Amino acid sequence: MTAPHKDELSGVDTTGHEWDGIRELDNPLPRWWLWVFYACIAYAIGYCIYYPAIPLINSATQGISGYSSRAELHQEVAAAEEGRAGLIAQIDATNVEDIAKNDSLHRFAVSGGASAFKVYCSQCHGSGAQGSPGYPNLNDDVWLWGGTVEEIHQTITHGIRYNGDEDTRFSEMPAFGRDQILSGSDVRAAANFVGKLANLEHDAALAEAGATVYADNCVSCHGEAGKGMRDLGAPNLTDAVWLYGDTVAEIAAQISAPQHGVMPAWGERLGDVTVKQLAVFVHSLGGGE
Amino acid sequence: MKLTLQVIALAIAAVVALIGAAQGADALFRAHSWVLLLVLVLTAFFLLSRGQSRTVDSTGEVGYMDGPIRYGVVATVFWGIVGFLVGVVIASQLAFPALNFEPYLNFGRVRPLHTSAVIFAFGGNALLCTSFYVVQRTCRARLFGGDAAWFVFWGYQLFIVLAATGYLLGVTQSKEYAEPEWYVDLWLTIVWVVYLIVFLGTILKRKEPHIYVANWFYLAFIVTIAMLHVVNNLSLPVSFLGSVSYSAFAGVQDALTQWWYGHNAVGFFLTAGFLGMMYYFMPKQAERPVYSYRLSIIHFWALIFLYIWAGPHHLHYTALPDWAQTLGMVFSIMLWMPSWGGMINGLMTLSGAWDKLRTDPIIRMMVIAVAFYGMSTFEGPMMSIKAVNSLSHYTDWTIGHVHSGALGWVGMITFGAIYFLVPRLWGRKQLYSLRLVNWHLWLATLGIVVYAAVMWVSGITQGLMWREYDAEGFLVYSFAESVQAMHPYFVIRTLGGLLYLIGALVMAYNLVQTIRGRVRDEAPLVTAHAAPAE
Repeated sequence: MTAPHKDELSGVDTTGHEWDGIRELDNPLPRWWLWVFYACIAYAIGYCIYYPAIPLINSATQGISGYSSRAELHQEVAAAEEGRAGLIAQIDATNVEDIAKNDSLHRFAVSGGASAFKVYCSQCHGSGAQGSPGYPNLNDDVWLWGGTVEEIHQTITHGIRYNGDEDTRFSEMPAFGRDQILSGSDVRAAANFVGKLANLEHDAALAEAGATVYADNCVSCHGEAGKGMRDLGAPNLTDAVWLYGDTVAEIAAQISAPQHGVMPAWGERLGDVTVKQLAVFVHSLGGGE
Repeated sequence: MKLTLQVIALAIAAVVALIGAAQGADALFRAHSWVLLLVLVLTAFFLLSRGQSRTVDSTGEVGYMDGPIRYGVVATVFWGIVGFLVGVVIASQLAFPALNFEPYLNFGRVRPLHTSAVIFAFGGNALLCTSFYVVQRTCRARLFGGDAAWFVFWGYQLFIVLAATGYLLGVTQSKEYAEPEWYVDLWLTIVWVVYLIVFLGTILKRKEPHIYVANWFYLAFIVTIAMLHVVNNLSLPVSFLGSVSYSAFAGVQDALTQWWYGHNAVGFFLTAGFLGMMYYFMPKQAERPVYSYRLSIIHFWALIFLYIWAGPHHLHYTALPDWAQTLGMVFSIMLWMPSWGGMINGLMTLSGAWDKLRTDPIIRMMVIAVAFYGMSTFEGPMMSIKAVNSLSHYTDWTIGHVHSGALGWVGMITFGAIYFLVPRLWGRKQLYSLRLVNWHLWLATLGIVVYAAVMWVSGITQGLMWREYDAEGFLVYSFAESVQAMHPYFVIRTLGGLLYLIGALVMAYNLVQTIRGRVRDEAPLVTAHAAPAE
């Protein structure tokens, strides 16, 4: 403890305390600091009077505004729902293929479908519906199960190879190699024949041998010309679109032990109005038939 | 004799660890016990190989116990670099997800490693060693409790190692900033109580009539962290030889307790503790009196009274009742001026010594620290306003806010204190190089500015994308699209962190050379302008 003295640089008295050479000036609180502090306290008190703030035994003060964040949310949701109630009812009452006939209804359905798509579909099909390996691109005009708006609606409602829905779209290509339906060399030959159909790099001799294998085992679903069959979800083998790879080796792997994509049935989960909007949206992307 | 006791204690602990390793109820607990055993065995070897040769304090200031402080400074720098490095790693993982290596090095496990390494390992060691230094000098008393200070230091390092290895193994109780499981929590509680005893004991036997303001802040930090740690970690272990426990709280009560803890970890660990540091090292380095004693009293009590209520602002627009959200917000707003009291007292302490900003890069570092402190303690109350929070919450804005506080305030004030301490603790006349301090200053400052600025842009972009509706009233963006939009910011953020890490490496080199007694042959820093040379 030293006696208070005047700090020469600032001309202010010190408090007389000293610790390890550190002294303290006896400056008052800065006025602006004090007044802003008071103002914050006044604001806090006002806010607490206006909004719910003070906990009581079984409840809390409601504030003169009677504000409730839950009520506010419900009001906003209710207002939004009321705003679109008319259009929603219209979609509900309209067959999915007729929605496009009404411009404003179609616009609304495309917007709503796009929004639902971002939430429920983009995880697999991508934000731009561009798909990814194993998950179809929905922008092109290649459709496994059909590209009319009704067919798309059916696919979304019941899903594909989805256990929980008995109306789900279903087909399964046999595992020709794994289940020893075909020998390894036959699988390779068939793959090369498919490579030839699709104009991929292939071995011409093997492709020739594969023609018979194809005719005996594959025609029933993929057709003689390899154009596929939508009723069975059998893909067209002559185009450039390949879900599981566009090399002969990858095709051979698919013949031997095929991967089968699964899509959930969305009908019950989202309700028909949303599924209709989704179907209209997907149909509008460019490849709709 | 002392060595014998230490080795016996280690042996008993090793037996306990071995029992855990053999009888543990789950694989994680057994693995963690092996880690503990390994650490104990290595420590025993270290002690035995060193023998009884531990020297008495070698600095000139006879009577003060500086051994744990020297170790603490080294640990601060070491853990700091580890923490910053891990930060750069997780920032890279966010920008380039392919850098997630399963399972030990995925983002989910490495992220708590980063937060705990910088907050508890770097910040904690900085607070431990500076508080031991400051309390002895300002009380003119040797640390209370003899070797208890060593126990605090080594016990704390053991806590850090157990916490860090636990994260990587996958041991977690899923509470942010309180991830370690019950047995690590118990250990930290023991260490912390001893820390409190050492600190308080030293204050009680002080030879000064008054308690210096820095010690008020340090004491508030130690006491409150003890309370927060114990309450938030109240849980029941499934087995006393198992790594799983269940919290005493559930649902929204659990959330509120967690953010009461989380927010006050910021308030009392990263604010009050480091204000204690600022209140000693800034006047010492500037050689000027503290600006206002009255301000320090008022802002101290206002700060610790108001801070403890502000936690609910982390839970705006959640299941938390409206009244609690209101209180969380208004207490945060009232906290603005009490927080700024520390900034004013720090900056105004330089009045009459502003010229030192030109000549002393350590003062510059401290001023930047206090400036970032002021900025983030304004930003915090602002973000607690519900309308602002509805945009900022869950976005990168929060991450930017935390980092302007952590890198700017906590980091810079710590670096300043360390540059002050090292020459004194190792009895060197001066630092190896002031120019390297200046390089550190600008690398770190640039890093923070880059980091905070891109996180503002990215956070506000995210917030706006998430609430964008089209004319028909439907959401415009998917979440993945907002993630994609963040990519450039994530990359730039990584670069900001990298600059900060490089600055810390420059510091480590400078300190090692200082401790070795070297002095760099360089032109003096005092020139007509303040730009870094070369």
